[in-house]
Amino acid sequence: MRDFVYHRPASLEEARRLAAEDGALLLAGGQTLLRDMKRGRHAPASLIDVTGIVSKQIELRDGAIWIGAGATHAEVASSAVLQQHLHVLAALVGHIGDPAVRNRGTMGGALAANEPAGDYPAACLALGATVHTTGRNIAAADFFVDNGRTMLEPGEIITGATFPISGRAAYVKFLNPAARYAMVGVFAASAADGGPRIAVTGAGTHGAFRWQEAELALTAGFVAENLRGIGPLPERLVEDLFADAAYRGHLAEVLARRAVALASGPAPGVTVLTHGSREIDR
Amino acid sequence: MPAVSMTVNGRAVHREVEGRTMLVDFLREQLGLTGTHVGCDTTQCGACVVHVNGLAIKSCTMLALQCDSALVTTIEGLAPPGTPLHPMQAAFRQHHALQCGYCTSGMVMMALDIVRRLGEPDEATIREELKGNICRCTGYHNIVKAIAAGAAAMVASHA
Repeated sequence: MRDFVYHRPASLEEARRLAAEDGALLLAGGQTLLRDMKRGRHAPASLIDVTGIVSKQIELRDGAIWIGAGATHAEVASSAVLQQHLHVLAALVGHIGDPAVRNRGTMGGALAANEPAGDYPAACLALGATVHTTGRNIAAADFFVDNGRTMLEPGEIITGATFPISGRAAYVKFLNPAARYAMVGVFAASAADGGPRIAVTGAGTHGAFRWQEAELALTAGFVAENLRGIGPLPERLVEDLFADAAYRGHLAEVLARRAVALASGPAPGVTVLTHGSREIDR
Repeated sequence: MPAVSMTVNGRAVHREVEGRTMLVDFLREQLGLTGTHVGCDTTQCGACVVHVNGLAIKSCTMLALQCDSALVTTIEGLAPPGTPLHPMQAAFRQHHALQCGYCTSGMVMMALDIVRRLGEPDEATIREELKGNICRCTGYHNIVKAIAAGAAAMVASHA
């Protein structure tokens, strides 16, 4: 890895100034960025460490959940506020990476990284989250642009995100057998305004996306059967050693049905499936 | 070169490091604490797990400079020479929870984090919690047994 200058600014103002300089990148928990720097995907001239200056607060604000960008996955997963008001999000975050990764990785870092199989982007899209930065508020639908890309401008820092509360929401993911990230993950939610939302991660070549056809099918009723045989996904799908596009497309429909069933059932939450899982949906 | 100060296993250390120096390399190469291992170097295997301010982290994916003023504990800090093994280390020995031993220090440090958060979890939970610690020899059975026994010993000693 090429060497760089490390800054730990004392204020957001100073961080913004340093981060706007040529070749600067923001560093939060580093669980994606440092790994990618080892792979040579990034070679920054400087890293601006914002851990310690962005909020870690998690609270109920005007009927929605506000999460500070600095909250680690471990903190989000164990948050009493989330357990009470938006349990599905705590459960989803509690399955990101592994316990050591969750002790370092942060929400702000995960949103900025927008990893192709990330869990947070699916939750943000399906719940209709808003991302707050030092300069503006951005709807999740606009924020995530492409694999590893967001709307963030140089020097712009995520300060937090707001998640509307949905009582009927669930996330089901099927793990890659080796790396154990989502080969496909589907987040289903019945939004506060009653509209169904289905977000798919791990499957699209351009990152997480809303599945409009599935949502349309669910306007007739938020029940799993309405998704049976709704046809191919609109996006071009990822193909790799573990799954071709047809397999991922099939998996997306199966997981979407499971997510809707779970969301409308007695105990909405998160289901993690893997090869050999006993519960098989046909 | 920038400098970093931290407390490692109770000892205050102050060294110059490059920006890109990872905590694991700092521990092994500058402090000579080679009980912490580098396995995959890609945040997956857990051979490098140490505690920073009481939390288990993967030291191959944290900069030494990010640990400025932090409290760091490595496997060497659990039972200083001449003292009995930590109950979790003793449980690993008793249950033969290692073969080549490469993953062991990371397993023990993660086991302590599991006990800190969950007390005495059941077997399925221990297996789920070890998602980020990979062992290529044992098949995990004895590691899981050792963690359950170590957790019970730790909880009993605090009772």
